[in-house]
Amino acid sequence: MKVLMLDQAKCTGCRACEYACSFEHTGKFNPLDSRIKVNEFWEDLTFVPSVCLQCERAYCEEVCPTSALTKNPETGVVELNKEKCIGCKQCIVACPWGSIKLDHTGKEVIKCDNCGGDPACIKVCYPGALSYEEVEDITNVKVQETATRLKEIAKDLVKGGA
Amino acid sequence: MIKGGFKGKLLRVNLTTKEVKSEALNEEWAQKYLGGRGYGTRLLLEEIDPKIDPLSEENKVIFATGPLDGTLAPSSGRTMVITKGPLNGAIACSNAGGHFGPALKHTGYDMIVVEGKSAEPVYIWINKGKVEIRSAKEIWGKLADESDELIREQTHPLAETMTIGPAGEKLSRISSVMFNGHRASGRTGVGAAVGSKNLKGIAVRGNEDTPVADPEAFMKAIYKARDILSKDAFAGQGAAMLGTAMLVNVINGVGAFPTNNAQDAYFPEANKISGETLREKNLIRNEGCAECPIACGRVTVVKSGPYKGTIGGGPEYESVWSFGAMCGVSDLDAVISANHLCDKYGIDTISMGSTVACAMELYEKGYMPKEDAPFELRFGSAEAMLKAVELACKQEGDFGKLLAQGSYRLAEHYGHPELSMSAKKQEFPAYDPRGIKGMGLEYATSNRGACHVRGYGTAVEVLGDADQYAYEGKAALIKTLQDLTSALDSSGICLFTTFGLSANELAEMVSTATGFSIDAQEFMKIGERIWNIEKLFNLKAGFTRKDDTLPPRILNEPIKTGPSKGHVEDLGKMLDEYYQLRGWDKDSVPTDEKLKELEVQILK
Ligand code: SF4
Ligand code: SF4
Repeated sequence: MKVLMLDQAKCTGCRACEYACSFEHTGKFNPLDSRIKVNEFWEDLTFVPSVCLQCERAYCEEVCPTSALTKNPETGVVELNKEKCIGCKQCIVACPWGSIKLDHTGKEVIKCDNCGGDPACIKVCYPGALSYEEVEDITNVKVQETATRLKEIAKDLVKGGA
Repeated sequence: MIKGGFKGKLLRVNLTTKEVKSEALNEEWAQKYLGGRGYGTRLLLEEIDPKIDPLSEENKVIFATGPLDGTLAPSSGRTMVITKGPLNGAIACSNAGGHFGPALKHTGYDMIVVEGKSAEPVYIWINKGKVEIRSAKEIWGKLADESDELIREQTHPLAETMTIGPAGEKLSRISSVMFNGHRASGRTGVGAAVGSKNLKGIAVRGNEDTPVADPEAFMKAIYKARDILSKDAFAGQGAAMLGTAMLVNVINGVGAFPTNNAQDAYFPEANKISGETLREKNLIRNEGCAECPIACGRVTVVKSGPYKGTIGGGPEYESVWSFGAMCGVSDLDAVISANHLCDKYGIDTISMGSTVACAMELYEKGYMPKEDAPFELRFGSAEAMLKAVELACKQEGDFGKLLAQGSYRLAEHYGHPELSMSAKKQEFPAYDPRGIKGMGLEYATSNRGACHVRGYGTAVEVLGDADQYAYEGKAALIKTLQDLTSALDSSGICLFTTFGLSANELAEMVSTATGFSIDAQEFMKIGERIWNIEKLFNLKAGFTRKDDTLPPRILNEPIKTGPSKGHVEDLGKMLDEYYQLRGWDKDSVPTDEKLKELEVQILK
């Protein structure tokens, strides 16, 4: 199963992902309609992108009184059925990440749908802060990165002993 | 009817009367001048007398976006600040990246025209089309980044801000305007223009979209542009890797790196302050302005030693040079500290470093009484450089106050104006014209005073395939680049996109966004038109041909060492040809035919 992965360390804060997302979903450029949000901490010049994590146990789905939100077992995406949504905003309250939100009119609930399997945001993220990959591949890369760091420490330890 | 790119409205804020007005954008002007620099200059020509004192109540300050701000066009986060320049009284336009421009667009306005002067310090808060003028009494005196934080605390955490630092408040003629606390509109002293109005800042937050005329064609055009940029050696790889400081070794390597107040053009210790060293020792991460795939911005910190301290943006290539080679300093940590300090106080790093260098030469040559300087001002002393920058930032004592007015006024004060490395009183940046011939023509003819981003001939003369020492063809090259960048500056995107994009791609983005039929040729004509109305502003302000010149040192003193040893700049070889190509007479006045061709004869 493919997931949207975020690498904060690589994000440059350009927000191209927000515009790409907004355009993909509405045909317009409006960051308030973007499902992905880049948070800026100017005092530290740090940038943190955040997007719906498509939780296994999705609180938004659990609280939704009309079953407008449902987890698609095949794609892993928590899907929003606009027809069923009554705009009660319970999902917004329940989501621990703030990843489900209202659009620029302040009325319509919007959330990330992975663009149906071809996310627009990753196409404009040149530094590679966003990627869309198989979960196993990502964990493998992480394991390897950590192992590489540990290897350096191990080498130093051996040297220290010699 | 404007179909896209523009929101079609400008906001007028009068700080004397506290009147706030929304006005329709002049569509004819939008067609003829686009937004940003072009539209702003046209508006100033209409509304102010070019002869006025730039720090008087009559001057206006315009914050303008272009039609590409607020879209997914690459590097489209520019905000232009247009005013009559405090540094020299010429038409001034200084721009910065960041996110202010797009955010302004989302509030529903293409630009803000600030008029008059407030009796008390204020800031302007534009929240989704609602405008307030608020007291800035408690923020006055604060650093630019502190002010950014305070204003966001008082308005909205996600607001984007413009702020000035203490330098702008105290009317330093080399003060800057800061966006998001760390992106500078550095040149021409725009900070003082804002400060003279008692305006501390502007915060914006919007909820409207930016419409484009033909969304499908526009997206095709911008993905094409993004693709080209990502494959470009400089924009796609070099800049991301090393930032603009990658140029330190390149420009020094061709012998055009002004050193010790341009007494030389080669700095033997360049490698200690290079982009490579910066990456290794101080870089924390890259930063990109709005929608920018290049991300040349640096986030740096001094990790140890006497200057250990804060995280900040930059330094850019120009700042590395001005505080480094220009002052003979090879201590990168000191250079970074000076840069961070200038950003906080809101002072232009190019002018500041060059002013310190000028002071060092005045001191070493005995042209200023030793007791005027509170310490030994010797080339190569990192400590002296940093102390002098601090004095100027804080405007401490008579000497600090003098330094804060730039090298021309400093050198003039001591009776040696020829030691100011400037054109039209503005300090030139990190390319020695003796080693890159076209650059001299660019500095001399730049409407806002010496400048490297009104053409950037270096891209062709050093990084491209033109001969850096040749005079032939340079007049035509510089004219073309000046026209190109004038239109580009008015469209809202960053100059660095020209490393990969030509007028074709730029015109394609602008025309699909606005719905105006603009091809490459028309794009260039818009640029030429803008260049000419800037010139008209300057002529009315009293500038003449004799102002289109360079410091005598550049024209007469050969470079002493390095690859360009022995060279001087012969401006005369290019200037007449340049005027001719421009369709101007020998006194640099545009001919009636030229103005008619550009449809601006009424402005003469
Ligand atoms: S496109 Fe990538 S680098 Fe730019 S803000 Fe989004 S996540 Fe960060
Ligand atoms: S909207 Fe929030 S709660 Fe729902 S799946 Fe996404 S992250 Fe989880």
